[in-house]
Amino acid sequence: MAEATANGLGQHTLHGTQAHDAAATGIAPAEVHQEHPIKLYLVVWLWLFILSACSYLIDYVGLQGYLRWSLILIFMMLKAGLIVAVFMHMAWERLALTYAIILPPILVLVFVAMMVFESDYTLLTRTLFFGAEP
Amino acid sequence: MADTTLTHTGQAQARPAGLQGVAADWSSDQRAFKNVSWGKAMMWIFLLSDTFVFGCFLLSYMTARMSTRVPWPNPSEVFSLHIGGSDIPLILIAIMTFVLISSSGTMAMAVNFGYRRDRRKTAILMLLTAALGATFVGMQAFEWTKLITEGVRPWGNPWGAAQFGSSFFMITGFHGTHVTFGVIFLIIVARKVWRGDYDTGRPGFFTSRRGNYEHVEIMGLYWHFVDLVWVFIFAFFYLW
Repeated sequence: MAEATANGLGQHTLHGTQAHDAAATGIAPAEVHQEHPIKLYLVVWLWLFILSACSYLIDYVGLQGYLRWSLILIFMMLKAGLIVAVFMHMAWERLALTYAIILPPILVLVFVAMMVFESDYTLLTRTLFFGAEP
Repeated sequence: MADTTLTHTGQAQARPAGLQGVAADWSSDQRAFKNVSWGKAMMWIFLLSDTFVFGCFLLSYMTARMSTRVPWPNPSEVFSLHIGGSDIPLILIAIMTFVLISSSGTMAMAVNFGYRRDRRKTAILMLLTAALGATFVGMQAFEWTKLITEGVRPWGNPWGAAQFGSSFFMITGFHGTHVTFGVIFLIIVARKVWRGDYDTGRPGFFTSRRGNYEHVEIMGLYWHFVDLVWVFIFAFFYLW
């Protein structure tokens, strides 16, 4: 029960050999583990269901064009953000880890931009060579 | 801040020479991620590399779809199911999404109960997560079977651009493989929790190292990542 009562603090020190080693060499502060109120998880879970339902409704209702694409992206980013921040505990990690993990995937957007130009060019050459109709 | 630097004892310590020295110097008595264990940091770095794998798949799908002159098959119709006399668009994919979100929730609860040292609840929630994951894979197998009988192949399909099949089998196949491995590892970790390995300090069967309840959280990171990838696949492949 001592463990259960300590979780009110949100995080507490990991009781393990690794933490002991780190403390003995004086290199790093003690490792913490992630422990948060159950209610938080339930609320996030509920929101994930709501957002998934909204995503599905986009298709069910049959929205088209920019409204459809922007809603898809908004719901996608909200879901991804909730999963990473709360379920994967990124919101409580130190920035060194957060930046190391989150920044590289964002840089993939550069690759996306390059491939958008590339596929536009491919489509152009295909259209010029084969004609507009398949 | 004082914690992050090596304490000087006033006496230079002898450094190992040769290859051992290379290793010792590279490790260099520092760590970038100060308060996460190596296990969690390595899982994050693995997930980062996996992000690039799936990122490249989605990118190649985008490139194929943008550069083809042939119309792309409408996923809303391709993945519709005939239930109760009418075609419901994308219904199987919607159910799969809800199954995976549910499994993510049970996994988060399992991590929570793991740190509360509630072995029974942790193990049950992990097995429930595994069951939902297996359900997801089963529904994916059904979906593949349905599409293959309808004539979808990696090199063509009856409705439009040939790249639809290759993108579909590649992306969902890799994701399904990830889910399958997740289920296997969930069962392994759940068994360890159930048996009390993390309380008694029993050595692992493969690494011979003693584990602790953080393993449940690291397992959770992988499982949530699988769910995360599905969020992107659902948005870009099925909804777009």
